[in-house]
Amino acid sequence: MATIVPLQEAIATTVADGDTVAMEGFTHLIPFAAGHEIIRQGRRELTLVRMTPDLVYDQLIGAGCASKLVFSWGGNPGVGSLHRLRDAVEHDWPGPLELEEHSHAAMANAYWAGAAGLPFAPLRGYVGSDLRDVNPRIAEVTCPFTGESLAAVPALRPDVAIIHAQRADRDGNVLLEGIVGVQKEAVLAAARAVVTVEEIVDDLAAPSPNSIVLPRWAVDAVAVVPGGARPSYTSGYYDRDNAFYRAWDDISRDRDRFTAWIAEHVRREAP
Amino acid sequence: MTTGYSPSEMMVVAASRALSSDDVCFVGIGAPSAACNLARLTHAPGISLVYESGTIDTRPDVLPLSIGDGELCATALTTVPVAEMFQYWLQGGRITIGFLGAAQLDRFANINTTVIGSYDRPTVRLPGGGGAPEIASACQETYVIARHTPRVLVGMLDFVTSFGHGEGGDHRRRLGLTTRGPSLVVTDLCMLRPDDETKELTVVSLHEGVDPADVEEATGWPVRFAPGVERTPSPTDDELTVLRDLHRRTELAHGGPA
Repeated sequence: MATIVPLQEAIATTVADGDTVAMEGFTHLIPFAAGHEIIRQGRRELTLVRMTPDLVYDQLIGAGCASKLVFSWGGNPGVGSLHRLRDAVEHDWPGPLELEEHSHAAMANAYWAGAAGLPFAPLRGYVGSDLRDVNPRIAEVTCPFTGESLAAVPALRPDVAIIHAQRADRDGNVLLEGIVGVQKEAVLAAARAVVTVEEIVDDLAAPSPNSIVLPRWAVDAVAVVPGGARPSYTSGYYDRDNAFYRAWDDISRDRDRFTAWIAEHVRREAP
Repeated sequence: MTTGYSPSEMMVVAASRALSSDDVCFVGIGAPSAACNLARLTHAPGISLVYESGTIDTRPDVLPLSIGDGELCATALTTVPVAEMFQYWLQGGRITIGFLGAAQLDRFANINTTVIGSYDRPTVRLPGGGGAPEIASACQETYVIARHTPRVLVGMLDFVTSFGHGEGGDHRRRLGLTTRGPSLVVTDLCMLRPDDETKELTVVSLHEGVDPADVEEATGWPVRFAPGVERTPSPTDDELTVLRDLHRRTELAHGGPA
C-alpha cells in the first residue's frame, strides 16, 4: 500500500546495494531526481535495467553505482554516445560493467511477462541477429501448437521499479499519461515500486476511464518531486530540455568534468 | 556535383520519394525521420508514421530529437504503451515499411549498430539494436538510409544487429521469415536494391553529378551496377523548400543547430 514520503526516505527504504533496479520512462517521464538520490545515497553493485539507459544511467554508471546493465539501446538520442556507458564498457571506468543486451521488443515483452507473472516471454524476434550469440538469456522455444520456432527471454522481475508520473492523489493512486512506455509493466513486474510525481492532488481527475492509473495498492512509496523528470519531460508540466541533452555530450566526455558535474549538481544538491 | 543542394539533402529527398500515402511506416530517428516527414509534407500526405515510443499516425511540426519527444505524442492520433507497440502493431504485421539507419551495412543489407571491434572488448561501443532487430524482420519490407563511405558500407560487419538478406539468396526464407526484408538502400551517392536472385545490393540509380567510380571508391566491397543505371532526379524546389523549412523549425525548437 502506498505511503507518501520524502524522496530520501522512498529510496532509502526500497533500494539496497546489490539490488536489481528498473527506472523506466521512454524519453518522457524519466525519473532523474530518484536516480540522483540513489547516487547521493551511494548505492553500489546495482543491476540497472532500462530499455534506453539515457543520461540517467550514464550518470549512475559514471558515479560507480552499477555493476551490470540490462538494456536495449544505449545512446544519447539524436546526439550520439553515452560516454560514461562507453567508458565503462570500453575501459572498465570507474569499474567493469557487465552487459545483458536485448532488443526493445524483447525488453518490453520481458517486462510484460514479469507483470503477468509468467516465467518468460515468447516473441518472434532476434531472427538472424548476433545478439543471440552474445546473450545466453535469449533462448529458443517451439510453439506446441504450430511448431513455429520463437525467441524466448526470461521475465524481468526487478527488486525495485522506479518511475515518474504526473500526479497522485492523497491515497497514493497514481496517474500517468502521454508516452507511457513500459512503466505500468515495470511497476507490476517489480517486488517494490517507487513513484515520484509532479504534485499530489485531492482528485486524481483521470481524463478518461481508460487513463493509465496505478492503484495505491500496486505502489509502495510515492514522493512529490516537482521537476523530477528534468532534463527529460513531463507532459502537461514542462518540455524536454534538448539543449541539456546536447550539452551532456561535452560534460560526460571527460571523466574529471563528469565527476565535477556530479559533485556540483547531484551530490551537493538535494531537491 | 550540381550546386544548390547538399548530398545529404539529395539522400533524404530520394528516400522520401520511395514512400506513398498508403504506407504505414515504422520510423527510426535521424535521417529516416526526416525522409518520412518530408514525404508526409509533400507527395504522401496520407502516410501513417509510427514511432517506437508508441505514437501512431503522428504529424510532428518539427523533427523529434529523440524517439519519444512530446511533439510526437501531441500530434499523434493515439499513443499506446511500448509493449503494445511491439506486440500488436509491429509483431502483429501491421507495418508496411520499416525505415532504418545504419552505422555499418554490408552487401546483403545486414546492419550493425552494436559494436566496432569485438563484442567483449569493443573499439567503439555503439548504442545497440533498439527496435531495429524486429523492425527488420516484422515489417513487410524495410528501407535503409546511410551515408556512403567505406566505413559505413563495409565488406564484413563486425556484428549483425539486424538481419537483412543474411548471406543472400533465400537466406531469409530459410530462417522462416516471410517478409521481404531490405528492398531499398538510399545513400548520399546513389540508390541500391537487392538483386532478385542473389539479394546482393546493386546500384540502380546514381544521384546527379555522381560517377560510378565515386560509388566504387566509397563502397567496401566490389559493388555491382544494374544494367541501365538511372539518374536520380535532383530535388525539386518544392522538396528543398519543405525540407529546409522542416530543419529550420527543428533547429529553432531544439535550441540551435545539431
